[in-house]
Amino acid sequence: MSPQPASYLTLLLLFAGAVLFALGPLLLARLWAWKFAPAKPGKDKNAIYECGLESKGDAWVQFRSEYYLYAILFLIFDVETVFLLPFAVSFTGLTAGAFVAMMIFLLLLVEGLVWAWKKGVLTWR
Amino acid sequence: MDEGLRSELSKQGIFTTTLEELYNWGRKNSLWPLGFGLACCAIEMIATSMARYDLARFGAEVFRPSPRQADLMIVAGTVTKKMAPQVVRLYNQMPEPKYVIAMGACAISGGPFKQGYNVLKGIDRFIPVDIHIPGCPPRPEALVHALMTLQERIDAQVLTGPGRPRHMVADQPADFPVPQFGEHDLVPSKNPDVWKAPATTVAG
Repeated sequence: MSPQPASYLTLLLLFAGAVLFALGPLLLARLWAWKFAPAKPGKDKNAIYECGLESKGDAWVQFRSEYYLYAILFLIFDVETVFLLPFAVSFTGLTAGAFVAMMIFLLLLVEGLVWAWKKGVLTWR
Repeated sequence: MDEGLRSELSKQGIFTTTLEELYNWGRKNSLWPLGFGLACCAIEMIATSMARYDLARFGAEVFRPSPRQADLMIVAGTVTKKMAPQVVRLYNQMPEPKYVIAMGACAISGGPFKQGYNVLKGIDRFIPVDIHIPGCPPRPEALVHALMTLQERIDAQVLTGPGRPRHMVADQPADFPVPQFGEHDLVPSKNPDVWKAPATTVAG
């Protein structure tokens, strides 16, 4: 049985109603603002809000790209903790294969740590 | 509309209103104050907005952190000359129509610190204040009363004609002049468009 065209007409009407419901108040508000709340720009009013003080300097501040090393170090310990805790909890019920897999995983992470250590990231400058 | 006809209609169960009244009714019941405390009066202001005094009953509990979203400035506390330019600048950044409540003795006149070299003798020297609340500090009831008085004022505002608000007058500037730090005092020390020195009488 093919759908009746009239059933789609209902949908169309509902859609038009929905659009009007959304746009109508916005249009009314804009109309009201145009008549009774005209824009009144000024030097202070258009300025950047900064707790009453005039803003100083530029918002385009540069960060040192070397911070990525700290991010990587954080990731190493973060991921390690996330996996070590469930590993420790279910340690007694693990198969030998799972244990070896976990050790390989830890080895990979420790490898990263050793790399960072040799690079001198851990010394605070 | 004629008042008599209006009351006659309301007796018949027909409610009549104007767009202006509807607009003012909405505005007076949704005043958004700027979250802005300068001294000890701010503690009373905070108490007013909390559950015991419950400013939310009047629709004015939404303290905004940005002047862009606020239409009521409650100057709560001592305005030092260091702070005055910032207060005026924040007032300038609020969208029209906007109102000011000067809360406490300090905000309206300098209060107990009036003789201090660094205290502004009333914020009404720079911005137009709608409501002054005396007291040191005023109790929360006083702030609630000030808010209710302001609501009455808003309710009586007209949108057209000679008494229309500032922002509807095209040749009125948007910004009030922000004072600068001078050698001894703020420059200018007052805004003559807003504040007139009271007349003094010489004895004898």
